[in-house]
Amino acid sequence: MDTIQILFFSLSALAIFSAIMVLVSKNPVHSVLWLIAVFFAISGHYILLNAQFLAIVNLIVYAGAIMVLFLFVIMLMNLNAEGEPRKNWWMKLAGVVSGGCFLVVLVSLVKQATELSGKAALMKTGDIGLIKNLGKALFSDFVVPFEISSVLFLSAMVGAVVIGKKD
Amino acid sequence: MPIQYYIYFSLALFSIGIIGVLTRRNAIIVFMCIELMLNAVNLLLVAFSKMHHGAALLNNATATTGVEGQLFVFFIMVVAAAEVSVGLAIIVMMYRNTHSVDINFLNRLKN
Repeated sequence: MDTIQILFFSLSALAIFSAIMVLVSKNPVHSVLWLIAVFFAISGHYILLNAQFLAIVNLIVYAGAIMVLFLFVIMLMNLNAEGEPRKNWWMKLAGVVSGGCFLVVLVSLVKQATELSGKAALMKTGDIGLIKNLGKALFSDFVVPFEISSVLFLSAMVGAVVIGKKD
Repeated sequence: MPIQYYIYFSLALFSIGIIGVLTRRNAIIVFMCIELMLNAVNLLLVAFSKMHHGAALLNNATATTGVEGQLFVFFIMVVAAAEVSVGLAIIVMMYRNTHSVDINFLNRLKN
């Protein structure tokens, strides 16, 4: 086993363990902190794939901005483990069984796919993930969606203010 | 790294997100599980982009195949940020009206 494989499996184990802890922790603040751990592990995967721009954007936007927004809202509502709503145990069991069935069906589908056999993702080399190449493509071929996304942000901002306003 | 490993890993994260949406009743946790599913899809898009880039490099050493996949991930992050701001505003408004974040109170359309 070389270094890349060890890093891949340890990051995957960290991400899946943290994702499960997001579900099982009773306190919503702990869920947010575990979700930040998932995002850090996914950023590590991006670095392993040499997608450096996406790794940094993932950390800044997701772990930095979005999760702070979640923490703000949770603290604004003063949520804690005591007031946490509970579901019946059979509802939980039904959810786990249906999610597990989804996983089993798709895993068996991927196992049978002959198109995927022998294909491999290029690790740690290849420079399409660098800011230089992504920026060139973003401001030449994808400049219209880029500008439209600014309009989307403006409308989302207006919408959030209008919805969040008192009556 | 074989592409199947990335597919299995992303499927596991996506299924954990689905199980969270189905089993939790706290609206904020449901929202966080949706973010988890978005991230699983993002990781798989980057892995596929690197897979196609590796295949194109064999024919042409200066190929830029696969940039589209990574830019698509960038736009997904943009849309996710906008979605979170509006969604959290809706959750705050719901908390103001019902004094709870339990999604089972949102059943007025049922009858």
